[in-house]
Amino acid sequence: MRPDADRTRRLARRALLILAVGGVILAAALVSVYLALPDRLQATAPASRLAEPGSVPIGGPFALVDHRGRTVTEKSFGGRYLLVFFGFTNCPDVCPTTLGDIARALDLLGSEANAVQPLFVSLDPERDRPKRLAEYVKAFHPRIVGLTGTPRQITAVAKAYRVFYEKVSAKSYYGRKSAASKEPKPVGDDYLISHQGNTYLMSPKGEYLAHFSYGTKAPEIARVIREAIAKYGNPARREE
Amino acid sequence: MKRSRIALAFGLTLFGVPWAGAVAQDKPAIAIERPWARASIGTARPSAAYMTIVNLGAKPARLTRVESPVARRAEVHRTVKRGDIMSMAPAGPVEVPPGERVTLAPGGLHIMLMGLKRPLRKGGVFRLTLRFAGNRAIDVRVPIMGPGARGPSE
Repeated sequence: MRPDADRTRRLARRALLILAVGGVILAAALVSVYLALPDRLQATAPASRLAEPGSVPIGGPFALVDHRGRTVTEKSFGGRYLLVFFGFTNCPDVCPTTLGDIARALDLLGSEANAVQPLFVSLDPERDRPKRLAEYVKAFHPRIVGLTGTPRQITAVAKAYRVFYEKVSAKSYYGRKSAASKEPKPVGDDYLISHQGNTYLMSPKGEYLAHFSYGTKAPEIARVIREAIAKYGNPARREE
Repeated sequence: MKRSRIALAFGLTLFGVPWAGAVAQDKPAIAIERPWARASIGTARPSAAYMTIVNLGAKPARLTRVESPVARRAEVHRTVKRGDIMSMAPAGPVEVPPGERVTLAPGGLHIMLMGLKRPLRKGGVFRLTLRFAGNRAIDVRVPIMGPGARGPSE
């Protein structure tokens, strides 16, 4: 009888111990889940989109002509952040959307907009001479600077920013028959340019920080620029 | 006549599509919603117009031609995104299945207005004629928004 009672007691103690250990493990698990929760909630909030400066090999020195006809380089903009977008002024859909988004982002930034210099680089240097570029960029926002250059200069800057572009002639998409037809062909619309639609945010030192793919709305562009200013400072303010 | 049919088409959107087939059997009943265009920058560059085409009929609607007194040439084009590359080409006829809608919006289908005869100024309005298969034409009054607008309310 006695050894049996002992055994029962031992078993009961073991069961209690198991229960206690199990309880502790369960409590620990619950606590860790609880502690991990805020992190998980944070993960659903927008994470930082800024790359470590110098970690992405996009961008670099350039020499171009601005819409006022002046020769400029990446150093001509008072050490501001550069917001660089490539396009062509005969582009009726993609380029106006992006330039409109950039213009609205500048308005959202208010006084902080001065920290950024938006640059619209033409991939169509033959048609987009400074004067033509000037009337185009001004229509969107007075702070946007249009850049053009020799075809060689444009090839170089596009290469530095890893921007693919390609001239597409009207013949290729209308077919030869239609292209030869007597339908009116407005001057200057005989080719379009397929191009990469990203907008690049570059640091005051000219390093890649982030890019916005086509369609990124103004509040998101403004948010990332604000984040960059908070992290790396406002060069326009230092200037004053 | 044309106006009243457009009004009828708009009215039908209120009652839902199932009614439409019964009413408009001979010619496709088509409604155009929220048309708008971007202001042009001078006349040397093309502009773009956008809208939603609603087919309230029982037969497919096929947009074959677009004309406007403000442009020497108007065509439906499509912007295509492949990876990061954006390209644009004529879209050909636009098919709207019965009871469905096709939206022309930035970054996708748009009516490219080429060879502008006058600048499209913000706040103005111009006429666009959409020609559908089956000898159906719809005149649309298109309000002009800013050059970088994203929609008809900007």
